[in-house]
Amino acid sequence: MFQRNKILSLNRSLSRLYSSKADTLQRTSLYDLHLKNGAKMASFAGWSMPLFYKDMSALDSHIHTRKHCSLFDVSHMLQFKISGPDRIKFIENLIVSDVKELPTGSGTLSLFLNKNGGIEDDLIVTNHADFLYVVSNAGCAEKDWNHVTSSLKSFTEAGGNAKVEKIVDCSLVAIQGPESSKILQSLTKTDLSKMSFMSSQFMDLNGVSAHVARSGYTGEDGFEVSINSEKVNDFVSNLLKNDNVKLAGLAPRDSLRIEAGLCLYGHDIDQTTTPLEAGLTWTIGKRRKQEGGFIGSDIVLEQIASKGGSRRRVGFVVQGAPAREGALIFNSDGTEQIGIITSGVPSPSLGTNIAMGYVNKGLNKKGTQVKIKVRNRMQDAEIVKMPFIQSNYYKP
Amino acid sequence: MSFRIISKGFFSKRMFSVLPTRFYATKKYTASHEWIEVENGVGTVGITDHAQSALGDVVYVETPEPGTEIEIEGQVGAVESVKAASDLYSPVSGEIIEANALLATKPKLINQSPEKDGWLFKIKLSDETELDQLLDEAKYNELVGEESE
Repeated sequence: MFQRNKILSLNRSLSRLYSSKADTLQRTSLYDLHLKNGAKMASFAGWSMPLFYKDMSALDSHIHTRKHCSLFDVSHMLQFKISGPDRIKFIENLIVSDVKELPTGSGTLSLFLNKNGGIEDDLIVTNHADFLYVVSNAGCAEKDWNHVTSSLKSFTEAGGNAKVEKIVDCSLVAIQGPESSKILQSLTKTDLSKMSFMSSQFMDLNGVSAHVARSGYTGEDGFEVSINSEKVNDFVSNLLKNDNVKLAGLAPRDSLRIEAGLCLYGHDIDQTTTPLEAGLTWTIGKRRKQEGGFIGSDIVLEQIASKGGSRRRVGFVVQGAPAREGALIFNSDGTEQIGIITSGVPSPSLGTNIAMGYVNKGLNKKGTQVKIKVRNRMQDAEIVKMPFIQSNYYKP
Repeated sequence: MSFRIISKGFFSKRMFSVLPTRFYATKKYTASHEWIEVENGVGTVGITDHAQSALGDVVYVETPEPGTEIEIEGQVGAVESVKAASDLYSPVSGEIIEANALLATKPKLINQSPEKDGWLFKIKLSDETELDQLLDEAKYNELVGEESE
């Protein structure tokens, strides 16, 4: 039964891991801790990362995150800082957000675009008093870094004053779930009840200074803690002393983010999808929509004005077997292909199959009945609003 | 629940009469992690304990329609967990005569009892010599040991 599936690739990556070529995969500072806790490791974007842990299945871990609190090692992601007096001018040429108007200590989801308006990566940018903090995808780390540093070179040559610095000495741990705040509060004197979702600040966590952002990728309240890699094992071990805190891997992270309607780069968005098609025009700041001035802005702003592009990203509830990436979407009588699924999972929270994908523009209305082909069987599905579950983001 | 009690009685009665000779001898495995147990020309097929544990919580099972003629290694359905969909292949050629109807409402039977109550389908073998190509328990365990290393 495993001739054409992901488990086989899991087995392959496991054997790769333990073979002499193991050193080709990068390891986070928590690698030994993962193994000690019975993690099933898999290769992801050149890293050896935990998929799930022995005492909890992906399903258990998903439910646990929605009810209590899970820790995800996301140290594989790219973290960097941009400083210098012209830092905002520099970053605003590369991304779609209004960084100038971002209040100090606030962050937002943003996009790197290419000249054609396609999405090169998504990222979180946070505005601090004297620098910008950026987190982007591990799978795009090299591409993003080359893009940022080569753009900086031209920017500097043209007289701009900005500096970029990769953060290499800090690990990144996501604490996610409704109990996250209570649990993290036990380690700090900083009043977390005053921190709203998408805000960030430095704080002391059990004697260690860390950058704490109230954000995440699960639809739940939570924090992403950037902490010195020499201290991260103590930090995580300390949190794990609480019985309601469990380690969680990439498998539940994926089902959690799909329920929350969040895109995974390389799957739901890529170089060929535009912000309008992906339903991400909200990331483009109001002022940016008027002024443009970012890579790809001409095409993207024209597309928004003319309601152009060929397709739209939508959510589905699917009857029968789960529809996963690559499944074809047809019109309701099954005669014409109208799109393709980019992510799908049996939803642990809802007990139904959910998916997201692209359909031709004009066919993307909520309530539209479609067919989705799974293993040569046409299955009924309906276009629904995302997120699939109500988000639980904190506001004071 | 009532089904379970019936099936338990059914099973133990057979174990008594058949166990010493053919019962063990006819359980075979595939490299793609199906098992087949053959008695009187009819094979019961499921996925192995190793397979269910690698898959995690099964949430959906697609079984073949009775009456379907299937070739050896032909696709006969799928088992899906939160993290993956796995196609299911028939270890032998023949005609599907029954599918485990309980799995439609209780897919977790595959996790709870993969090699007994969580069987997937029964097939009337068209060529019993195909069984000779399949793995015996020792060979299968060897394969599983290699994979998890």
